[in-house]
Amino acid sequence: MKLQGYLPILVVTALLAVVPFLSNSNTLYNFMVTSLIIALAAQGWNILGGVAGQTSFGHALFFGVGCYTAAMLQFHFGINAWLAFLMALAAGAGAGFIVGFLSFRAGLRGSYFALITLAFAELMRILANASEWTGGAAGLLLKLDPGFANMQFASRASFMWLALAFVFVGLLISRAIAGSRFGAHLVAVRENEDAARALGVDVLTVKLKAISLSGAMTAAAGVLYVQNFLYIDANIGFGAWISIEALLAPLVGGRGLVLGPLIGTFTLHGLGELTKTFAGRVPGIDLMVFAVVLICVVAFASDGMLGLLRRFAPRLAKRIAL
Amino acid sequence: MQRNWKSDWIMYSPIILIEAMINGLLTGSIYALIALGLTLVYGVLHIINFAHGATLAVAMFAVWGLNIAAGIDPYLSILLLAPVFFALGYGVQRFIIGPAAGGDDGNILLITLGLSIFIENALLASFGSDTRAITSDLSFSVVELGPFLISTPRLIGFAGSLIVTVILWFVMTRTDAGKAIRAVAKEKLGASLMGINVAHVYALTFGIGCAALAVAAGLLMPSFYVNPRVGGAFVNIAFTIVVLGGMGSIPGAMIGGLLIGIVESLSGLLLGESLGQIGIFIIFILVLLLKPTGLFGAKA
Amino acid sequence: MLEIADITMRFGGLVAVDRASLHVEKGSITGLIGPNGAGKTTLFGVIAGFLKPTQGRVIWQSQDITDLKPHQRAELGIARTFQIVQPFQGLNVLENITVGAYLRHHRAQDAIEKARAVAIRVGLEKDIDLPASSLTVAGRKRLELARALATEPKLLLLDEVLAGLNPSEIRDIIPVIRAIRDDGVTILMIEHVMQAVMNLCEQVYVLAQGQMIAHGTPASVCNDPAVIEAYLGKGAAARMAQTGGAHA
Repeated sequence: MKLQGYLPILVVTALLAVVPFLSNSNTLYNFMVTSLIIALAAQGWNILGGVAGQTSFGHALFFGVGCYTAAMLQFHFGINAWLAFLMALAAGAGAGFIVGFLSFRAGLRGSYFALITLAFAELMRILANASEWTGGAAGLLLKLDPGFANMQFASRASFMWLALAFVFVGLLISRAIAGSRFGAHLVAVRENEDAARALGVDVLTVKLKAISLSGAMTAAAGVLYVQNFLYIDANIGFGAWISIEALLAPLVGGRGLVLGPLIGTFTLHGLGELTKTFAGRVPGIDLMVFAVVLICVVAFASDGMLGLLRRFAPRLAKRIAL
Repeated sequence: MQRNWKSDWIMYSPIILIEAMINGLLTGSIYALIALGLTLVYGVLHIINFAHGATLAVAMFAVWGLNIAAGIDPYLSILLLAPVFFALGYGVQRFIIGPAAGGDDGNILLITLGLSIFIENALLASFGSDTRAITSDLSFSVVELGPFLISTPRLIGFAGSLIVTVILWFVMTRTDAGKAIRAVAKEKLGASLMGINVAHVYALTFGIGCAALAVAAGLLMPSFYVNPRVGGAFVNIAFTIVVLGGMGSIPGAMIGGLLIGIVESLSGLLLGESLGQIGIFIIFILVLLLKPTGLFGAKA
Repeated sequence: MLEIADITMRFGGLVAVDRASLHVEKGSITGLIGPNGAGKTTLFGVIAGFLKPTQGRVIWQSQDITDLKPHQRAELGIARTFQIVQPFQGLNVLENITVGAYLRHHRAQDAIEKARAVAIRVGLEKDIDLPASSLTVAGRKRLELARALATEPKLLLLDEVLAGLNPSEIRDIIPVIRAIRDDGVTILMIEHVMQAVMNLCEQVYVLAQGQMIAHGTPASVCNDPAVIEAYLGKGAAARMAQTGGAHA
């Protein structure tokens, strides 16, 4: 029973891992890498926003902290990319803890919490845009120097596998949480804080753990972004685009469910590519589709794609243990 | 970036500082008008309309379009656009937001987020990302007020905001519709038992908020620019004002708007264009953390 | 076992609880009754740590717990139910109870096992896979009880678990409550259903307008003139005594 819960994760990861053998078109690689980075950021969002129910509109904060920590440590101090990655995780967790400590202690919930996360992300965007340390508006450009030690790869497939490995670990962590005491506490906090308290749940601590873990995971996505594009500026790192992507994917895939963010990301970006094929490369057209999907999901399918699967194919859903 | 703030401050003559404050106050009056709709909707429907800024961007594009295509004066276009936006707001609340949200507060936030993404990108798809402005003789004209030079369009904007506020106050206190709105805001269940159609009142409130945006757009355009992303900047300012003034408080929005206008103008002067915005976010965060009820809010 | 001393709870100008004291004997079922708005639920909030009293102390097993948070008190063995039931709507019955069981059992398997046992004990075994939101009122009350019980409390605070139930449902649940006590859990219950209070409680405290006006055995409290007046209005006790006398 226990291993069965991990089976869908293995299957999905294996399916994604063979993609490079099917084709080596650049478009496909870009699509895969971008989607995987977003999926990882979204998995981070899902722990806080999905499982623990604290909707964030500002996960760009953690993504950007990951991007800039990795980029600045390498750029200014020549620190090894993997070490920089670990430090970016810590920075993401730390940023989560600080934001969480301030806002949860002040009792912010629901819309108020969503807005304050947005404000923190915007604050960082302005600072990153103005400071010399972050390269200001021009951003930071990292040296191209492929090699495993530098977390850069000459082959596009290798980088895709790296991104997939990150996503895989993210899925394992999410799955482990789902079946644990901590996971039960997260859900209890989401469903009813007072009831959780009465049952001995330390609500503040649970939320702080959730936002720190969430921040670290989304920061990891930021590191992947930097290692892939070797460039970062304030509008990418702390821009609203990634806050929106990180939130849309879990909602569309299945809020609070382990595979929700991954399925949501590929559904949305698959749809996006399809729209571009049919409607031409009109700027913004894919996001228009995303927005319509979001509204439809909120209105008609609150548990997203996986929820629909449960509703219309309960036996299949049960078999793959969603 | 190596600047000494203190000496900078001294560097500016009092005239420049006071002038910046006056201009900030005037701009702030238009911000207040924008925030008015947001706070009214929150006060009555208890929802945060995230699409507020995007709606403003649409209104600004409409003002610009009418000017380019038909040569209609921005101020004149208000008379046309205010009723249109009222109808639009009424329809969107009654037929999209209301039914889709199913009464859940978190859902409404997400749906209005979806709407704002949709609107912003629809504007991007139709108009591209270029920034557009209306230039007329008025745009750069100034009025001399003693030693101060005050931008004419901003002065007109201030007067316009004042007029709208008075009209709104009149509507809210003297008309049946206004009384119904206030009744629903205070006691939804009781109001519905008295035969007030709550869905209608909600849509009415939303419509008023959107009409106020159309007025704000007309007042802004002669001195401001528009692009598809402009809504994001305004929505942040409007949220800050609403939170500062107290969610749902109309006088709070007015005073908050004026204050934020001044803060923005001064921090722009002292910190420069790009860093200047920071003051707004810091105020926003501090108010939420320290006094989430704002200056005039009743209770959280 | 539990001692609350001179508790005052003020909300702005309103005094909800006024210097109330109460003592719960280990192993007993103690009742807390009183007219609507007397401050009973407020007092529960103070005992469970959801409200910080304006004045007074809460003593638990000779330890002052006035400043402890609700989750810390739960850990010490104080569990409460809510008058307005607060199920985790999105979870099923077993998952709901498991959240409580996780307090003492950190491994998922142990917690689930414990939760199953508790579900059987309160008679929810058939509904284990149902979403909590689909339960009947009686089912929700049982769930509320089960969750609290799953935390393995020493003291169980029951806030009107019988309210809203029909007589046959009440008859069904009374033995469950008694069995819980017989297993060594001390119970303090707020209750309006007097039949249950008479049936279950050894000691009863009466709260009226925030003040503790009487305490004693259920029978003695029911005949206390102050209690009758609190429920039926001023002069009621005298009138009852008169009419009673006239018929005698």
